[in-house]
Amino acid sequence: METKELQRISSQVRRDIVRMVAGVNSGHPGGSLGCADFLTMLYFDTMKHSTEFTMDGKGEDLFFLSNGHISPVWYSVLARAGYFPVADLGTFRKLSSKLQGHPSTDKKLPGIRMASGSLGQGLSVAIGAARVKKMNNDDRIVYCLHGDGELQEGQIWEAAMYAAAYKVDNLIATIDYNGRQIDGDVEDVLSLGDLAGKWAAFGWQVLEMNGHDFDAMKATMEKAHSLCGNGKPVVIIMKTEMGQGVDFMVGSHKWHGVAPNPEQLANALGQLEETLGDY
Amino acid sequence: MEFEILGNKDTRSGFGEGLAELGRTNENVVALCADLIGSLKMDAFKNENPDRFFQTGIAEANMIGMAAGMTIGGKIPFTGTFANFSTGRVYDQIRQSVAYSQKNVKICASHAGLTLGEDGATHQILEDIGMMKMLPNITVVVPADFNQTKQATIAIADHNGPVYLRFGRPVMPIFVKPDAKFVIGKGDVLQEGTDVTIIACGHLVWKSIEAIQILEAQGVSVELINMHTIKPLDVQAILKSVGKTGCVVTAEEHMANGGLGDSVAQVLAQHMPSPQEYVAVNDSFGESGTPMELMTKYGIDTQNVVDAALKAISRKK
Repeated sequence: METKELQRISSQVRRDIVRMVAGVNSGHPGGSLGCADFLTMLYFDTMKHSTEFTMDGKGEDLFFLSNGHISPVWYSVLARAGYFPVADLGTFRKLSSKLQGHPSTDKKLPGIRMASGSLGQGLSVAIGAARVKKMNNDDRIVYCLHGDGELQEGQIWEAAMYAAAYKVDNLIATIDYNGRQIDGDVEDVLSLGDLAGKWAAFGWQVLEMNGHDFDAMKATMEKAHSLCGNGKPVVIIMKTEMGQGVDFMVGSHKWHGVAPNPEQLANALGQLEETLGDY
Repeated sequence: MEFEILGNKDTRSGFGEGLAELGRTNENVVALCADLIGSLKMDAFKNENPDRFFQTGIAEANMIGMAAGMTIGGKIPFTGTFANFSTGRVYDQIRQSVAYSQKNVKICASHAGLTLGEDGATHQILEDIGMMKMLPNITVVVPADFNQTKQATIAIADHNGPVYLRFGRPVMPIFVKPDAKFVIGKGDVLQEGTDVTIIACGHLVWKSIEAIQILEAQGVSVELINMHTIKPLDVQAILKSVGKTGCVVTAEEHMANGGLGDSVAQVLAQHMPSPQEYVAVNDSFGESGTPMELMTKYGIDTQNVVDAALKAISRKK
């Protein structure tokens, strides 16, 4: 898809995010805004997938959101891609909604294959799904997304060790490297140190990209694809800004899990063009 | 009543044979193990199905997550490690990625309870039934002997949904017929009686059979139910039996808190308040020792079942 069109979609996705979160005065706008470009890219350009949702997703690329708290961006992208009516975005976090605070499967929201929210579990899940793809002679790719703070969970590194040792090379993991977590900067809370070096030392092929530059992302995803199938998993360290697209949110951990008030919402919406029609 | 002893084996070997059988009959079954292939008796499955066997190393959280992911695409994953590492160590992984996500994972747990023996309390989990039965969507199965563990292993593959299958290490008498049909959620009435109902699971079923010999010598008529499925619980079997006998003993290799006994008590409190005695571990960790020494010391031996039965009967009005 043309970069201009992707940018139009991601602008609407950002509007959806701030409206959803403001609508229930809860949720996580910061990381959601930061990953709006990446998920738009994945669902509208990178992945082969069908909005006729099946749990098994045979013959399709699969995506797992491990940092489930950025559910608003995923829900918006899924709706805008056609998995369910965009009007459903207005039910986010409300009683009996399929759009739970964190992604879940029990209310059967199309597009979701695994609950997430408790951090650190999605890489293992993605590895399991990737291994089964190979067993089923399905040559599609499994994608997963993780927060950088999430990498403080030990299970991530169990999974990282496994994927390299057993050559899970149909897997592309992306790290949302925005440097922020609830209590402050990742560097201050618990430093990740040499992150690229850590993944490389675990036996992964490491790429880096700017998560707000569609042309750079396209090129990096193509490179990541070309690295699949040669015996090593692929990780992309994606530099983003928490709160990207809204000037008073950008770059601060303070908007990790706080909703804008009505005045702030109006301010934010004034910065984000309505391109596809609000829900 | 005489119970014929058909042999002596460990329940974990029943799991191993059942899994091997599934390997031959169900191409969707895959198995994962966290560095305990020999202990879990998974060698046969591994050797016969190397492409469907996944060694995860000592990384149980990753194993559970992988198993959940492997259901996507149609596989039926069986995970194998000790009961302690199958539950407490990975509770959150089971909770989110298996139970809440309704994934068709079979969590197979060996060396449960005190009868793990000499390794001591670090490995002797006595809380696992409680933890697992509290999770929505999960079926909890605790078979009684080698044959039943094999039958249960095969049966849970045909059940679509998460299952916790608990078995153990010690060699114990086999009394379930090799051709018996295992029905999830349906207790087996092993003997009918009129004075007291004993509801037992796992190794305590055999201990209860031993207790019956002593009780019958004293003229006590005992009804014995092998309650191999803790969840969903066979409420009808409980009410039918206790309605007749008027009192109950529950017997299990688990904490009194949260185990089979509490599940039975919940049913009786709601429908048929009746005297109940627990044969279970009373809020204590275990320790090193032989399996049989530990069962005696921690009050889950044959004589404890006898004493509990007589006490329950004495409490009837």
